[in-house]
Amino acid sequence: MKTPIYFDYSATTPVDPRVAEEMCKCLTPEGIFGNPASRSHAFGWASEKLVDEARNNVAALINADPKEIVFTSGATESDNLAIKGAAHFYQKNGKHIITCKTEHKAVLDTCRHLEREGFEVTYLAPETNGLIDLEKLKAAVRPDTILVSIMHVNNEIGVIQDIAAIGEMCRDNKIIFHVDAAQSAGKVPIDMGALKVDLMSFSAHKIYGPKGIGALYVRRKPRIRLEAQMHGGGHERGMRSGTLATHQIVGMGEAFRLAKEEMAAENERVRMLRERLLNGLKDIEEVYINGDMEQRVPHNLNISFNFVEGESLMMALKDLAVSSGSACTSSSLEPSYVLRAIGRNDELAHSSIRFSLGRFTVEEEIDFAIDEIRKNIDKLRELSPLWEMFKEGIDINAIEWAAH
Amino acid sequence: MAYSEKVIDHYENPRNVGAMDKDDAHVGTGMVGAPACGDVMRLQIKVGENGVIEDAKFKTYGCGSAIASSSLLTEWVKGKTLDEASTIKNSQIAEELELPPVKVHCSVLAEDAIKAAINDYKSKNGDKAKSA
Ligand SMILES: Cc1ncc(COP(=O)(O)O)c(C=O)c1O
Ligand code: FES
Repeated sequence: MKTPIYFDYSATTPVDPRVAEEMCKCLTPEGIFGNPASRSHAFGWASEKLVDEARNNVAALINADPKEIVFTSGATESDNLAIKGAAHFYQKNGKHIITCKTEHKAVLDTCRHLEREGFEVTYLAPETNGLIDLEKLKAAVRPDTILVSIMHVNNEIGVIQDIAAIGEMCRDNKIIFHVDAAQSAGKVPIDMGALKVDLMSFSAHKIYGPKGIGALYVRRKPRIRLEAQMHGGGHERGMRSGTLATHQIVGMGEAFRLAKEEMAAENERVRMLRERLLNGLKDIEEVYINGDMEQRVPHNLNISFNFVEGESLMMALKDLAVSSGSACTSSSLEPSYVLRAIGRNDELAHSSIRFSLGRFTVEEEIDFAIDEIRKNIDKLRELSPLWEMFKEGIDINAIEWAAH
Repeated sequence: MAYSEKVIDHYENPRNVGAMDKDDAHVGTGMVGAPACGDVMRLQIKVGENGVIEDAKFKTYGCGSAIASSSLLTEWVKGKTLDEASTIKNSQIAEELELPPVKVHCSVLAEDAIKAAINDYKSKNGDKAKSA
């Protein structure tokens, strides 16, 4: 077993070797390197054919029409294009947007930008399990609401929002519905034939494809219009100019094709590993699971070890590549805004660790992780004045701390 | 974040971890930081009749740099008089541990902690401490 062990599949995944193999065929002089937009010779035609196949594979995973797929540089760009593009195009109908406090920064920051342009944005608070209450969302709708943007699966806590119900509500109210599906594609079945979702963002590098490529689904029936954010040669039906990156697109296509084939079996295998991890940790005193355990992808476990600070825990867990929602407020990093939004107090937000498992995680690695964590939690609690006070029965919240 | 070897050494083998009786007249306790901020540091000193710090203990909830800063400080203050100990500056700690700029405040916390411990001892012992 090689260390450090990778438990950060939600940050990014390695490229599946089968994907890399396909990508390599599109680079060198012997390969299919042509510009897919070159109409006048065989180099271009060959590339165009591969791009078409990839587009079909991306569409097939979500049961969409390939014409509804716009390639972008990743989910960040897709979120920007969807939200700014729709807001600008439909602003004559209103200037109100609804999103959620636990969205990815690619959505939140885009909304902040639109606020500076004069749009109004409602940032809904989720329930303490991380899920949105549909009634609260309905209550936030106004006559001038033009867009709702809610992510499918949260990147930190892995909870799955009910986008089917939200979609129905939006369609009934003639509101455009955008979903950031960067963390759900290949993990949760997505059926665009049934879902009333108008725009959906994808990223290849979260599902064993390469970084720097993603897609935006743009519904054709009913037709959704966007104002382009990238102007140029008019590629991707004018919505996103720029020479198509054949090798990247081929990689994304292959990754999506594999996901469609293997998702069901992989989810079951990963779920067993996650349960094994959880079972190995849940009897430790003062541990808290963040986010709903039912409406959740099997890949994610987000857990707070009370009285242990996350950054020091990550330092102790140097053989495990995990991520932490912590970092003291006075350093450049902030404690997780997602955990704060679901009502976790600062201490628990500072004490959280996210494990995200994936295609190449094996049981042996889970067992090693459990040992490492148990050992180091004990060690750090021995060092923690808060743990000592807790054990002595002192109420930490009753103390007047000098917050700095 | 890459840590210096010195931070890692103190973090992996923290010196002088523990607690002293805070009601003991010879013990000064300084507790600084706040759980909500992600750092709480408790530093305790035991002062002899001659005004020299005989022993020091710490416990820290916080990042690795905060743990290392407090561990290092307990080593430094032992054998020092209260006056000598109170001149220790956070910049010396930051320099010794090669802390990057975002981690400098972790050493500030350690400086605050020793000052608070000395003040606690002095307030317990009144004039006796001053003359020592
Ligand atoms: C939910 C979510 N949205 C957007 C992104 C950004 O994706 P990309 O890296 O492809 O721009 C990520 C990944 O960090 C994500 O998890
Ligand atoms: S105590 Fe704040 S980052 Fe170290």
